[in-house]
Amino acid sequence: MILIICEQRDGILHKVSLELIGKARELATDNRVVALLLGHKIEGLARTLVDHGADKVIFADDEILAQYMTEPYAKAACAAIRQENPEIVLIGATYIGRDLGPRIAARIKTGLTADCTFLEIDAETGELLMTRPAFGGNLMATIVCPNHRPQMATVRPGVMLAAEPAARNGEVARLDISFEAADANIEILETTKISKEAVDITKANVLISGGRGMGGDFSDLRRLAEILGGELAASRAAVDAGHAEKAAQVGQTGKTVRPDLYIAAGISGAVQHTAGMEESALTIAINKDPAAPIFDVADIGIVGNVARIVPKLNAGLLEVISNR
Amino acid sequence: MKIIVCIKQVPDTNEVRIDPIKGTLIREGVPSIINPDDLCGLEAALALKDAHGFHITALSMGPPQADVALREALAMGCDAAFLVSDRAFGGADTWATSKTLAGAIQKLGFDLIITGRQAIDGDTAQVGPQIAEHLGIPQATYAHNVEKVCGENAFVVERLFEDCRQKVKVKAPCLITAISGAGAPRYMTVAGIVAAYDEKTVDMLTFEDLKGFVDEGDIGLKGSPTQVRKSYPKAAKGQGIVHEVSEDEAVEIIVNKLKEGGLI
Repeated sequence: MILIICEQRDGILHKVSLELIGKARELATDNRVVALLLGHKIEGLARTLVDHGADKVIFADDEILAQYMTEPYAKAACAAIRQENPEIVLIGATYIGRDLGPRIAARIKTGLTADCTFLEIDAETGELLMTRPAFGGNLMATIVCPNHRPQMATVRPGVMLAAEPAARNGEVARLDISFEAADANIEILETTKISKEAVDITKANVLISGGRGMGGDFSDLRRLAEILGGELAASRAAVDAGHAEKAAQVGQTGKTVRPDLYIAAGISGAVQHTAGMEESALTIAINKDPAAPIFDVADIGIVGNVARIVPKLNAGLLEVISNR
Repeated sequence: MKIIVCIKQVPDTNEVRIDPIKGTLIREGVPSIINPDDLCGLEAALALKDAHGFHITALSMGPPQADVALREALAMGCDAAFLVSDRAFGGADTWATSKTLAGAIQKLGFDLIITGRQAIDGDTAQVGPQIAEHLGIPQATYAHNVEKVCGENAFVVERLFEDCRQKVKVKAPCLITAISGAGAPRYMTVAGIVAAYDEKTVDMLTFEDLKGFVDEGDIGLKGSPTQVRKSYPKAAKGQGIVHEVSEDEAVEIIVNKLKEGGLI
């Protein structure tokens, strides 16, 4: 049996929860997938979880769970794990999932593999093989948890595929748990949504991404993004240098994207970066170094000076569009 | 108040390359640095020291070479430094590492623990929260600003999530994991470097020293629930065509490809 610790904020399910249910349906050797739903007034979300493949939904509904806090959520998750005794527990590798997962694993004394991008069952041993990038994405490591149960992993959003929803039947049951005031061991003073029209680059069909090679000037790339109806993205080097927003970062420590078009300008393509964009349908890379590893994952590679090619490309594209 | 800052010495993963034939990491010539998030943790602690005069201990777990990282922390302004180092601790995963560090922290005593959010070699972000769990104290992760509450043994922590900022109050003893904040990590001063080598010490903590604080079955490879089954370099997609052409030809190639794909 596989238990998915689902994530919702303000009554909205995080898509990674559905992705994990989809993956769990593939992995479960006994074909049984249970979803754990924690929050306040969230029972209505159980239907969605069942329709996406959960055989059973266990939920805890309490005021203390209204906003995510580590301790009440850890307490509820550990109670559910002890009750259901799953072989495998999967959690989305979101900020919340990566705050909660290690706390649970430490409490029940089992292993936790962070930020997995590939999961499969070993045909011989039945063990869960948890594969994740390591050393900034330079290496892939496959981790096992042979002697402790459950086998736990946090899984990167956007790498597993959710199943198409269908009307299914599933059991919905309340988790037997009660909370004390002391469980709220931090006090939330204030939560402010980050608005600033924060663009979600994982949803963009076209991404124009700049790296260290842009020398800090993203204006031509911004223009290119406007022309192609896309969004700006960046490598870690560009974000670390303060040339782009953290929210726009693609790669191992940023976001995983799979747009229709990814243009990588002045990005050398360390595995840390390519780990987050190699599923793009069409990748065009422009870099002055013919040996840059970005060319290994690009469909079209252009060796040259980005600062000169991008303005010319913008002009060329505008000409094509205006001649229609 | 006594603050313990956990730091890790890591290879600069931006500089790591793969041996294309053997498929292994090339470590030679790769500089060792203090993990970037841990530098943010050091800065947060030193800012609290500047304001309130707290005592700051830097703590690391690793091979004897990690001494250099701790000297750097001393040179930045930390008051004491300890290196948890023993062959018996080798091969530890995050569970065993956090258990070992929790034992050392218990031995040293603390009001506040600050760790970096995650280390760039492992990127797990697990050791901080797991130390907090082993010690049974609250955690506030993803902190970019920490302030002491006046007249109380508590901190106000500003946290950054994907989609929101959050301000929380947490009572000591507690653990905070740091991300980059408003103040960039300070540089070592010349006087600080001299003091770090001439006046201050890095004290070793071996398994023998931590007996009574951590059990033999909970350390090293033996105490680690997870094992690495295999590691391998990532396979390259390698199907692309690389053009070394004039700029005008390059533009033509891109425009044609975009037309072909219906993208313009």
